[in-house]
Amino acid sequence: MMADARWIDIGPVEQLPALGARTLPVQGGQEIAIFRTATGSIHALANKCPHKAGPLSQGIVHDTSVTCPLHNWRISLLTGEALGEDKGCVPVIPVKIDAGRIYIERASALAGVV
Amino acid sequence: MNAPVITNVQQEKASGQARERLVVIGNGMAGCRAVEEILARDGDRYAITIFGAEPRVNYDRIMLSPVLAGDKSFEDIIINDQSWYDDNGIELVSGDAVIAIKREAREVVSASGRVTPYDRLLIATGSDPFIIPVPGHKLPGVITFRDLDDVDKMLTAAETGGNAVVIGGGLLGLEAAHGLSLRGMKVTVLHLMPTLMERQLDEAAGFLLRSELERRGQTIITQADTAEILGDSHVTGVKLKDGTEIEADLVVMAVGIKPSTGLAKLAELEVERGIVVDDNMVTSDPAIVAVGECVQHRGACYGLVAPLWEMCRALADFMTSTPSGYVGSVTATKLKVSGINLFSAGDFSGGADTEDIVMRDASRGVYKRVVVKGDRLIGAVLYGDTADGSWYFDLLKRQEDISDIREALIFGQAFASGGATLDPDSAVAALSQDAEICGCNGVTKGQVVACIDGGAGDLDSVRAGCKASASCGSCTGLVESLLSLSLGDDYDGERKVTPMCKCTSFTHEDVRRNILEKELKSIPQVMQELHWTTADGCASCRPALNYYLLCAWPTEHEEDPQSRFVNERMHANIQKDGTYSVVPRMWGGITTPNELRAIADAADKYEARLVKVTGGQRLDIFGIKKEDLPAIWADLNAAGMVSGHAYGKALRTVKTCVGSEWCRFGTQDSTGLGIKAEQMTWGSWMPHKFKIAVSGCPRNCAEASIKDLGIICVDSGYELSVGGNGGIHLRGTDFLCKVETEEQALEYMAAFIQLYREEARYLDRTAPWVERVGMDYIKGRIVEDEAGRKELQERFLFAQSVHQKDPWAERVAGAEGHLHKHIAEIRPFSVLEPA
Repeated sequence: MMADARWIDIGPVEQLPALGARTLPVQGGQEIAIFRTATGSIHALANKCPHKAGPLSQGIVHDTSVTCPLHNWRISLLTGEALGEDKGCVPVIPVKIDAGRIYIERASALAGVV
Repeated sequence: MNAPVITNVQQEKASGQARERLVVIGNGMAGCRAVEEILARDGDRYAITIFGAEPRVNYDRIMLSPVLAGDKSFEDIIINDQSWYDDNGIELVSGDAVIAIKREAREVVSASGRVTPYDRLLIATGSDPFIIPVPGHKLPGVITFRDLDDVDKMLTAAETGGNAVVIGGGLLGLEAAHGLSLRGMKVTVLHLMPTLMERQLDEAAGFLLRSELERRGQTIITQADTAEILGDSHVTGVKLKDGTEIEADLVVMAVGIKPSTGLAKLAELEVERGIVVDDNMVTSDPAIVAVGECVQHRGACYGLVAPLWEMCRALADFMTSTPSGYVGSVTATKLKVSGINLFSAGDFSGGADTEDIVMRDASRGVYKRVVVKGDRLIGAVLYGDTADGSWYFDLLKRQEDISDIREALIFGQAFASGGATLDPDSAVAALSQDAEICGCNGVTKGQVVACIDGGAGDLDSVRAGCKASASCGSCTGLVESLLSLSLGDDYDGERKVTPMCKCTSFTHEDVRRNILEKELKSIPQVMQELHWTTADGCASCRPALNYYLLCAWPTEHEEDPQSRFVNERMHANIQKDGTYSVVPRMWGGITTPNELRAIADAADKYEARLVKVTGGQRLDIFGIKKEDLPAIWADLNAAGMVSGHAYGKALRTVKTCVGSEWCRFGTQDSTGLGIKAEQMTWGSWMPHKFKIAVSGCPRNCAEASIKDLGIICVDSGYELSVGGNGGIHLRGTDFLCKVETEEQALEYMAAFIQLYREEARYLDRTAPWVERVGMDYIKGRIVEDEAGRKELQERFLFAQSVHQKDPWAERVAGAEGHLHKHIAEIRPFSVLEPA
């Protein structure tokens, strides 16, 4: 376990299937969805669709977007913004990969924690 | 180790004044190139000493793969032979590694104890292979692929044949595998990621590469996590974390490289991932510079050769007092495996503000993808035809504005530079009359034009007239261009056919036909063969393709959970608050006190917020958290219940009335037939949800006339009707036929279901499908064609022998466990626990 002021280690990249997602609950804060694209890049968004709060982690990942399982809104994994005709935005949480492990930015992950 | 070889003696300038002493640690590509660049600028400035750990002259490390493959010899890959050192007055100390840098004294100490003073020190120690520290990694027979000694070991091992396992499906690993395979070893490649060379290739190109390597006899295992290397005195095999064991006489670790920074760290230079250098390649000590794979510049480390040349130029400029500065490199990759053409450069991870242009040519095995952002090309992946790789790379490096050539960009330099050929129609117009339009049927442009001139005014007439685009359909766009070129405004386009989604111009029917005809068995294969215009499809086509494939190839299809809608992936129904509802199967709507007790207990135990009787005569337990799903399923399984598939494009329920057993009006055992029908059909995946009902008499208490398949029992037998729907558009069933026995009823049901499975579009309920194809067609296939009906039934029952299994039990046993667990949990102000 690596203690670091800015980044939190949340485990190895292989825990995520390609084109899949996992959830990361934050005690006292909001749940985060971690995604992996076909090219292996990792992204994190608040696990709440801007439309009706659907769990984005359960959607289908394609290219760099995820389609919400509730009403098929497409959300960009890069910007958190709804794509196409829909309007809305969900917070993006910065992540990085180092030596095969995923690190999530502490301050953003804990945003809203009281 | 060989005795150190020392050649040449430090020389003095003619004037007698001592020159600046430059000591180079590393006799590899970077060190020697840097020296060459310095000498080219000012041949007299430095007295140069080069230390090399390997006991040989400087050679081209990236050409080790061709040496292994037998395409080249060591002599062929020597960059600088002894005479180069002699001619330039360079002292080469080979086979004697530097072991310490004394910065205050400005001298280096070698393994043999030799102390050499310097004014300037150049570190070019390159990189070390990354070794996975699994048990057994030190066994004899486990080697890396980094220098000529490694190649010699591989060649020795290959002499006796046997099995080789290469760990790592990146550039280096695949080149090692290729070489060993050519040398007669049976090679298995283990790769941790789902796609080979995932850093350089997207999924589609990775798939093509894998198929080609497999065709050449290599075994490729992706998502293979090595647990242990087996053997006592010598390696005998490799064991994966999933328990698989693979025999091996040789194991090559080629999982990656890391900057070799040991010396620099020891000397307390600033080191992060690599030795930190500024734009002049100067380290934290002004007297020490560094280049190559050992450095970290502006946060980036490079493992390829091109950046190295650029670094060496910047270094030489600085060392000869004309600093230019290195600004980082854009890199491109080519795989050195003969017969496989593959190129990648830049960033192709996609994104909201980027656009993909994809071209696939299945018959030539070509896949090209360029990624455009604004007016700039930012990435390219080429497979099969890499002739334009350097052109794309050039556009990318020069950040050229490509807006003028954008339309034709994907066709390559010859085409895009043609000037006038910017819209697809004029591109087709520019083709010669002999140019082949339809590869399947060998139809030339001249023949298509003649067909149009002869009166064919639309796609169908052209297909009927000259067969162009009548087979796979991939040339449909070209034929349409020819129609509009020939007929001008008289051609108002086709567009009555709706493509499956925006990723393809093929219709659902075309895709399904091609899956069967071309024996396509995986999603990437379909996307390649049918020229998908996106790299990994969309939320609309992926689930459809997954279904079409499992329907076409029940035994061979490999399920893709990421291409399932959430409910089918989770085997439960997602609700608006993100929790799930769980519906156990109750055969024909019959339950028992034991089952009811188990359901009640589960509802209590997992704090269900609602239990509801559904319209299909089942019990629905609401408000279950995804983490609790496997546990509640285990409890329900224990009471003998299986998944009710209330979440699937699958058989939902068979609704029944109590029938002749209890009802004074009942004519047949409708409950019994309903149970048999459900036992036959459950677990079958369909284009959409599928509901059956069996009513015991024409009063129709089971509401059979609004189901996909309804049976109404009468005194003389069973009336079957199909295509009903009680949803948005209320539609009563159409009468199919009447049969006399239960056995016949089941046979006709199976045949109808299979016809629907094989021919309806994904997400079509039976109602729109029946309306589209007509009852005459369905009666023709099910009622009038007895042999055809029996074949349909047989195919259905065969598919069921594969698909009819309880997904809940599989999940309870641990399958896809990650879907039900968090990756980790963050507890602010306390310690984090990765899952």
